Amino acid sequence: MNPFSSGTRLRDMIRAIRACKTAAEERAVVRKECAAIRSAISESDQGYRHRNIAKLMFIHMLGYPTHFGQMECLKLIASAGFPEKRIGYLGLMLLLDERQEVLMLVTNSLKQDLNHSNQYIVGLALCALGNICSTEMARDLAPEVERLLLSRDPNIKKKAALCSIRIIRKVPDLAENFLSLAATLLKEKHHGVLISGVQLCTDLCKVSEDASNYLRKNCTEGLVRILKDVSSSPYSPEFDIAGITDPFLHIRVLRLMRMCGQGDSDTSEYINDILAQVASKTELNKNAGNAILYECVETIMGIEATSGLRVLAINILGRFLSNRDNNIRYVALNMLIKAVAVDSQAVQRHRTTILECVKDSDASIRKRALELVYLLVNDINVKPLTKELIDYLEVVDHDFKGDLTAKICSIVEKFSQEKKWYIDQMFKVLSLAGNYVKDNVWHALIVVISNAPDLQGYSVRSLYKAFYTSPEQVSLVRVTVWCIGEYGEMLVNNIGVLEVEEPMTVTESDAVDVLEARLISHSSDTATRSMSLIALLKLSSRFPPTSGRVKEIITVHKGSFVLELQQRAIEFNSIIQRHQNIKSSLVERMPVLDESTVIVKRAGPSQASISTEKSNQQPPSGTSLKLPNGVAKPAAAPLVDLLDLSSDDTPVSAPTSNDFLHDLLGIDLTNSSSGIAPASGTDILMDLLSIGTPPVQSNTSPEISSDKGLSLITKPASNSVHVVDLLDGLTSNGYLPEVHIPVYSSITAFQSSTLKITFSFTKQPDKPQVTQILATFINLSFDAYTDFVFQAAVPKFVKLHLDPASSNHLPSNGNGAVTQTVTVTNGQHGQKSLAMRIRIAYKVNNQEKLELGQINNFPPGL
Amino acid sequence: MIHFVILISRQGKVRLTKWYSPYQQKERATAIRELSSLILTRGPKLCNFVEWKGYKAVYRRYASLYFCMCVDQDDNELEILEIIHHFVEILDRYFGSVCELDLIFNFHKAYYILDEILIAGELQESSKKIVARLIAAQDTMVETAKAEAGSVSNMIAQTM
Repeated sequence: MNPFSSGTRLRDMIRAIRACKTAAEERAVVRKECAAIRSAISESDQGYRHRNIAKLMFIHMLGYPTHFGQMECLKLIASAGFPEKRIGYLGLMLLLDERQEVLMLVTNSLKQDLNHSNQYIVGLALCALGNICSTEMARDLAPEVERLLLSRDPNIKKKAALCSIRIIRKVPDLAENFLSLAATLLKEKHHGVLISGVQLCTDLCKVSEDASNYLRKNCTEGLVRILKDVSSSPYSPEFDIAGITDPFLHIRVLRLMRMCGQGDSDTSEYINDILAQVASKTELNKNAGNAILYECVETIMGIEATSGLRVLAINILGRFLSNRDNNIRYVALNMLIKAVAVDSQAVQRHRTTILECVKDSDASIRKRALELVYLLVNDINVKPLTKELIDYLEVVDHDFKGDLTAKICSIVEKFSQEKKWYIDQMFKVLSLAGNYVKDNVWHALIVVISNAPDLQGYSVRSLYKAFYTSPEQVSLVRVTVWCIGEYGEMLVNNIGVLEVEEPMTVTESDAVDVLEARLISHSSDTATRSMSLIALLKLSSRFPPTSGRVKEIITVHKGSFVLELQQRAIEFNSIIQRHQNIKSSLVERMPVLDESTVIVKRAGPSQASISTEKSNQQPPSGTSLKLPNGVAKPAAAPLVDLLDLSSDDTPVSAPTSNDFLHDLLGIDLTNSSSGIAPASGTDILMDLLSIGTPPVQSNTSPEISSDKGLSLITKPASNSVHVVDLLDGLTSNGYLPEVHIPVYSSITAFQSSTLKITFSFTKQPDKPQVTQILATFINLSFDAYTDFVFQAAVPKFVKLHLDPASSNHLPSNGNGAVTQTVTVTNGQHGQKSLAMRIRIAYKVNNQEKLELGQINNFPPGL
Repeated sequence: MIHFVILISRQGKVRLTKWYSPYQQKERATAIRELSSLILTRGPKLCNFVEWKGYKAVYRRYASLYFCMCVDQDDNELEILEIIHHFVEILDRYFGSVCELDLIFNFHKAYYILDEILIAGELQESSKKIVARLIAAQDTMVETAKAEAGSVSNMIAQTM
């Protein structure tokens, strides 16, 4: 039996495997074969090694594990005969990858084979090295490869060139060694060597800046000559493809020219002519020609070309774009995306064709075209373009709808100049593809609506109309529900009608109908229903006659299985029943939402759906509630708003507050889903209030608490604070003051007839320069202070850090105090002592007051 | 550069794979699976390029086989189509009207040919004649070695 014939047995195995009807059968055959191979390997059976490896490779291609064959490959490579080496190297490349350690063992065999006298064996070694060598192998064997680049056999040269490419990709430092060798390769005549050589030069340019400069200086002439020769060479059957001689060489040379000409105007000028020649001479009708033209256009776009050449390039792209072949159009769109950066005007001319491509049946083309359209949008053409895109949105299929919607939304957001147009487009998008619209998009829409009082009536009416046409679009429903709740009276009383609107009468009960339908409909999810509940509450206040009906609707949900709905239903019900006096102020129109938060990641309007009944205020959550770093004012202000508004809604500062809150506590508020984000906050609150129901604090800061970064705020920081005013205890002061051994005595920093400020100091032992000052403010007058803001200024060598105050509300007659922690870092500790100027602003009896002072009595040594 | 070459049948069976970038076994299996599902579901009139994970997959169908090459974003897709065609023509010349069965039973020869066309994910030789010549020369060497070994073992067998 001929030990080298892998023929029959391999074939038999393949036949057997193919004949298997089930996967189990196949597995059985494979297992048997593997067992045979394994035993042959362990017995070091020389006879069928060749055949066994071939079989193993086939089994590997089927997907079975074959690592036991790896050592066999190594042994085959190490044997002397050509056939063994051939199959051994093939097995190596197939069964191993560069990450396996076994590969290192091959290095020695490779080295020997690279020096072999048989050229084909050298070729085998180079091929294997070029395909799977690892970084260490590359470093070890690089000198051999360099030597082989100078060999006389073109077969060896071209393989060595490509092998070098892999080496410099793995070890970029070795690039310099190959530089001059690569340049000499360009002088060859053999096409294979030229192609590999040009590719090597291209990769050198990519890897190293020096290489790029070197090649630019020395090789540009050579490149132009090569291209000239090959493009004007006569017909040669060996290299001819579709009437062009060696298009591969054309393309590679063009690419290298691009690398050389990039950023360099001299080189660009030099290659101008040949580029123009190739671009105009090449024919468009075959793929090979198109490939060359494509590369040509890419090169023209990549270098500093003359405008004439650029125009030529864009014309070619235009022709590509109107070609019926999908491949060509795809390629053209790709190129145009890059061309937009270079010459946007020229691309604009093709806008209609590009828009057509967005509607193409081919998914790849559609995606490219949409990207291109997005890049082409500018202030002038945004309206017609958006109109086209939205029209297309009606007919597009589902997998593309999401992309298209996202792009339309971002275009509209970026380029909208007037609010009305923005709102119109967004309504259309919502009605067509509301389900694909992301949350932050329709939140932004709500913010814009709330900022545009003249358009609110128009918005709510358009939404009402749109709602009837597309009730299944979730986002549309939510926005509609919110708007009806907020601006219900505009809807019914036709307030703020714009000229373009048709007259429409909506009665109060219609509005309630809509909301009720949403509530009952099976297709609404919890968030939508929650929003509907709130909206109903708002309507019951704005349209008093409907109050009874709303109450009925809400009562139904008191027994809902969804906790959120149940809670809301019960709370709202109690408001309607027992608290009519405050109901209207509770559900007052929301304050205008801060538009800048549209950009910041927000919890804002979405919290509307999660907030409890008390707060309709949505403090612009993101930006304004960030803990301030210097002056306390920015943080204070919205908090003040918060407290003020809440004090409007729930007469908190008045003594009746406690009753009211206790009353509230009587409500079944067993669980506040939104109120307390951090559980620790709950515990502290429980202790603090010793009442046992956590959600009371949801009065003021549900949104704040749910906002993650602001969980600090809900921790009612200093336990030192007084719970008289619940709200005080719940607001800002970030952290619990750390207990340090007070080293310095506290001072009375400031005292006037109306205000007293005391400072107490703590220092950490390892940081002598840093002092923490706990400032306590006491109100000495008979009136309570609100909007209390403390600001401080320090000399240049001191750094100041103000934490948020515990509250902005200072009860009268020293019934409570506000504390604030100030951290000062004395840059000249030991040399100069601290000094501070302070400024206190507050409101008393709705009058603003300001007090200024200077503190000089800091203890020395701070 | 070309990251990998895959030949798959219409039913999704893998006939040949060649990897020029480091992909572990699991990653290879995933890649093949994903690309197969992408390519096999595309209609005939659509363009031959698919975007996959930041790369471009260029494919073309020849009879019952899909030839697919995965390249970088900035490569010339039309040229890759030409390279695929170049490979197929050489296979055709070698096997004489190649069909899928040839590639199944002689997969190792298909690999040898691929190794003469591509190294390190780049084109090696643009002349079909030269590639054919090289393969023929190597095949002859194998035949010669077989013959020699055959005669030696015959001699040994005869002496036994």
